[in-house]
Amino acid sequence: MNKFLTSSIGRKIVMSLTGFFLIIFLIVHLSINLSLFWGPNAFNEASEFMATNGVIQVMQYILAAGFILHIIQGISLELKNRSARSIKYVVNKPSENSTFASRNMIYTGILVLLFLILHLWDFFVQLKFVGIGNLTDYELVTNRFSSPLFTAIYVIAFVLLGIHLSHGFQSAFQSTGANYNKYKKCLKYTGIAFSILIAVGFSAIALYFSFIN
Amino acid sequence: MDFTLKIWRQEDANAQGSMKEYKVTDISAETSFLEMLDVLNQNLIEKGEDVISFDNDCREGVCGTCSLYINGEAHGPKKLVTTCQLYMRSFKDGQTIYVEPFRANSFPVVKDLVVDRSAFERIQQAGGYVSFNAGGAPDANAIPIAKEDAADAFDAAECIGCGACVATCKNSSAMLFVSAKVSQFAYLPQGRVEATERVLNMVNQMDNEGFGNCTNTGACEVECPKGISLENIARLNREFLKANVVPK
Repeated sequence: MNKFLTSSIGRKIVMSLTGFFLIIFLIVHLSINLSLFWGPNAFNEASEFMATNGVIQVMQYILAAGFILHIIQGISLELKNRSARSIKYVVNKPSENSTFASRNMIYTGILVLLFLILHLWDFFVQLKFVGIGNLTDYELVTNRFSSPLFTAIYVIAFVLLGIHLSHGFQSAFQSTGANYNKYKKCLKYTGIAFSILIAVGFSAIALYFSFIN
Repeated sequence: MDFTLKIWRQEDANAQGSMKEYKVTDISAETSFLEMLDVLNQNLIEKGEDVISFDNDCREGVCGTCSLYINGEAHGPKKLVTTCQLYMRSFKDGQTIYVEPFRANSFPVVKDLVVDRSAFERIQQAGGYVSFNAGGAPDANAIPIAKEDAADAFDAAECIGCGACVATCKNSSAMLFVSAKVSQFAYLPQGRVEATERVLNMVNQMDNEGFGNCTNTGACEVECPKGISLENIARLNREFLKANVVPK
């Protein structure tokens, strides 16, 4: 098992399984956030549930572990891959054979990570540790999006996340071996649709509350 | 046709290499890329200069010996061909063509455009075979094999081990090669007998050789002169997972 986890394919499988886990997290997160459109009560209730439910409290730690594993493994694999070719080509045309998203996973990943830190500071740290005074959770969120700069940063991050997912989704199936020629197209388009859903879904919330403010 | 060539020259494995410019003139459009290099080398011999070393053997696209990274692509701009099957009509008259060796630390340059691809041989030796006791020829239909399995095994077996996948991959990963070699046996009952050891040993050897890790960009599949499918890598991953998880 030890050898499996340190092998090239074993590490790919760890990347894909943590990726799947984070994809599920995104679906849950977007579902909760969409309740913002149903008004303060719906969102505050959903937020209260997430903050108090026992299962969610345990899942928080597993989620954090999933993130950390995905990030550390991703960076470590990137460094290993870079060290496999010391002398670069004078002329290289990667765009002839691969997508922008697939070649730049490390960059979109790092930018999403920076956004994640900012995002945790904006909401998680404020709610859990700093305290938000008399504000409700709904007001905390909607007030934040009154700043156009804040909204712009969030929307850019969601687009980057979408680009990351457009390769990550199908890549996760390929790495676990769950890809067959028969399903290849289906997985590709489902992945693209999912990436658009995530990017547009989160962005719509940010933009909506930015404009009504 | 006339061409300006910028070619990687490197004295030996330890020397510092660099791109050198050469001109070739009056090349017919039907000349293959390797023949064009032959013409250039003939010119160099006549001038008393050191010829450009490059790998070649069958010159009919089946041996996997010719390599070359031409204008930013393994085996040049045309898909599904090796460099020996690439003709000068694929280029424009007067074009500048960059010719570099396949780049990967696991494929060290021996001289000029020749690289040492023996890492592939060692991966093959680790498990790319089936063991059987040689004797009388077995009955042709003793083991029935579905037509589609035979066809898929053959598709995987088309891999000529040229290394274009490694050269193209941004990670210098050898997974398309290894996956083809594992797949060609994985489909067949004769290959299943040693399937577990094969995948474990070949992946282990691949990792020991220092190849990078696959990130599923799919560049290898596009540049592979034999059109080896990415589906083989998914199969390799399945075989590897199975070999590790399912007890024998």
